[in-house]
Amino acid sequence: MTHTLTATGNAYVSEELLTGCQAVAQGVRLADVDVIAAYPIRPYTEVMDLISKIIADGRLTAEYIIADSEHGQFEIVKHASSVGARAFAGSSGTGWLYGFEALAVTATDRLPVLFLVGNRALDDPGAFGVEHNDALAVRDLGWLLCWVTTPQEALEHVLIGYRVAEDRRVQMPMALAMDGAFLTHSQHIVRIPSVEAARKFLPPYDLGDRRLHPDNPISIAPQVNEDWVMEIRRQNWEAARRAPQVIAEAYREFDAIFGTDYASSPFFTEFMTEDAEVVLVGLGTVAAPARTAVRRLREKGERVGYVGLRWFRPFPTVPLRECLRRFQAVGVIDRDFAHGSPDDGGILLHEIRSCLYPAAERPAVVNFIIGLGGRDISIADCQRMFDLTRQAVGAAGGDGLVRWIGVRE
Amino acid sequence: MVTPEQNQYEPIKSVHQVPLEEFYSSGHRTCQGCESALTMRHLAKAAGPRTVVTGSTGCMYVANTSYMTTPWIIPWMHTQLGAAGASALGMSAGLRALMRKGRLAEERINVIAFCGDLGGGDMGLSGISSALQSNYNLLIILYDNESAANTDIQATGLTTYGAQTTFTPPGSAQRIMQRRWKKNVAGMMAVGHPTCRYVATACATYPPMDLMNKVRKALSVGGPAFIHTFCPCPKGWDYHPRYSHEIGELGVRSGIFPLYEVVEGQVRYTYDARKRRIPVREYLTKQGRFAHLVDEDMDHIQQMVDEMWEKWEVPGVAPFKGPLSEA
Repeated sequence: MTHTLTATGNAYVSEELLTGCQAVAQGVRLADVDVIAAYPIRPYTEVMDLISKIIADGRLTAEYIIADSEHGQFEIVKHASSVGARAFAGSSGTGWLYGFEALAVTATDRLPVLFLVGNRALDDPGAFGVEHNDALAVRDLGWLLCWVTTPQEALEHVLIGYRVAEDRRVQMPMALAMDGAFLTHSQHIVRIPSVEAARKFLPPYDLGDRRLHPDNPISIAPQVNEDWVMEIRRQNWEAARRAPQVIAEAYREFDAIFGTDYASSPFFTEFMTEDAEVVLVGLGTVAAPARTAVRRLREKGERVGYVGLRWFRPFPTVPLRECLRRFQAVGVIDRDFAHGSPDDGGILLHEIRSCLYPAAERPAVVNFIIGLGGRDISIADCQRMFDLTRQAVGAAGGDGLVRWIGVRE
Repeated sequence: MVTPEQNQYEPIKSVHQVPLEEFYSSGHRTCQGCESALTMRHLAKAAGPRTVVTGSTGCMYVANTSYMTTPWIIPWMHTQLGAAGASALGMSAGLRALMRKGRLAEERINVIAFCGDLGGGDMGLSGISSALQSNYNLLIILYDNESAANTDIQATGLTTYGAQTTFTPPGSAQRIMQRRWKKNVAGMMAVGHPTCRYVATACATYPPMDLMNKVRKALSVGGPAFIHTFCPCPKGWDYHPRYSHEIGELGVRSGIFPLYEVVEGQVRYTYDARKRRIPVREYLTKQGRFAHLVDEDMDHIQQMVDEMWEKWEVPGVAPFKGPLSEA
């Protein structure tokens, strides 16, 4: 189902009906990735099904390796990246955690590989559906971590992700997260960029003087112990602090080439928030029912809105604080869990409360644990969350409320 | 399958032909008498300057490669304990992709990954297996000092039966805690990977120059290759550092560590222990780690070694026994 766009000079050449995974595969083709390591696990794995076909059909020249495990997969791309090759891998759920050791060192080695994380619940018990705990596990390790909500964004964030990750000021690995099933396997019409436009936006990967090669005989990651670890952690910290500026720059250039509009709100998107009193904030595809709920409640005259967080790492502390402090109450949607954490809330709750703490006047913040293991989040669920959030306004003890939505009790 | 390009190396026939250049030099902090470090030195010397090396976690990382005092003159990178195979795959794939796309000059760059017995014989087995199944030019070297020697000498899957380690101390109720028979890793690799053209075992000091020649063969044969080296460890095996060479030689000559190469499926014994073997006691009694063994234990080890050379279908290599049944 492909047809060619007729407009001349367009940075997009065609439209195709693609799932989130298939869109990422097209992004990998357009990024001219050099090394790909595959290992199967649902739901991310569909990306490798298509990449292997793209390679088999000669549409991408790349080394394609079927690894022995996720750990092998992640170490393969880490080392491919260290010799100067652009590399791609991905995983889901417990597979992502099987390779966790490799994920830690990829960040501390500052190797800008890109991974797709098709979010999936962690076993046991077995569940194929989305939960965000898998991708969120790398949040403290020095990764770029970004959620996309449509196949179009997914494709474009392969190019944007490599561009930011490989930037000399950043050089951090990039986890491109998307909700399992709801995005990995959900089809949309996707505009496909031209190879020329993609090349124009994304320069070739150049690791410079950090590349492992006989002409550059360096030793990478020797034992440093307490003598140097703090300074090296500090360098990672500084890179993460530089990343927001690089992300904003990349979006501006992407917009200029492709006519998109990312740069006006690079780190999160706002829907009908202008005069809103109460908003929900969430990650990923919950945006769809939440926005519909906003429209329906607006029809009844309720001043509600939705904030969709795109970049989790680096966390957009100041812009998000400035955004959320305008509202009377904020309902934080967590498709994850953080058992035993403060107030027994979800991970996003803690990040957002911490982000809001320095604000002179803070909105009430409540928390919803919802949609675990891929359970559907309905429009009615979102309306209910808006109601509960509104009830927190001015209510004694309302602030800090954590509610599980859609659970049998 | 792509036919990998070949490397051309001269065999080293005498000590006078050993290259003078060192690519693994001063700066490491390994113990006196460390044969694992000698394995490193020889692999680097044999491979030469157009080489990239990864080392998985183990004493040849922790003791070997400290920041600001690296002994590696060729490029070197740490890899994770179980990732020797994956690191070799990743580097080979990266270099091949960049050469195919014209972003790197076409040349043969040796890719070598080393791992210890814990990284290679236990945790990293599946990754090494994956690498040996590939069609990349790469070499995995398992340096085997029969313990987690950097961590304080803990038993691994490759520790000799009966040995005392910090995980297998002799006690009043149990004399022997290390009751597992050493894994036959090189044989496992040779049997399990029909397209792998080169698998060998070696000892850095015995026979002299043998390891260097095997490294060169492995790098020339085309495709993935595997070498398992026998590396006596004065600290872990509890003997005076001056005897490292002797212990290695006794291990080979007693037949407890078979020395061979498998080239395109053809087994060639470097030391043919079918024909001549010294009693394994001569090897065991020189090491403190076996001091608690009694005659009965030594007899058991001797019997197992004899069986390896007299009963195995491919002596020292593959433990299948007897004629095949008809149905």
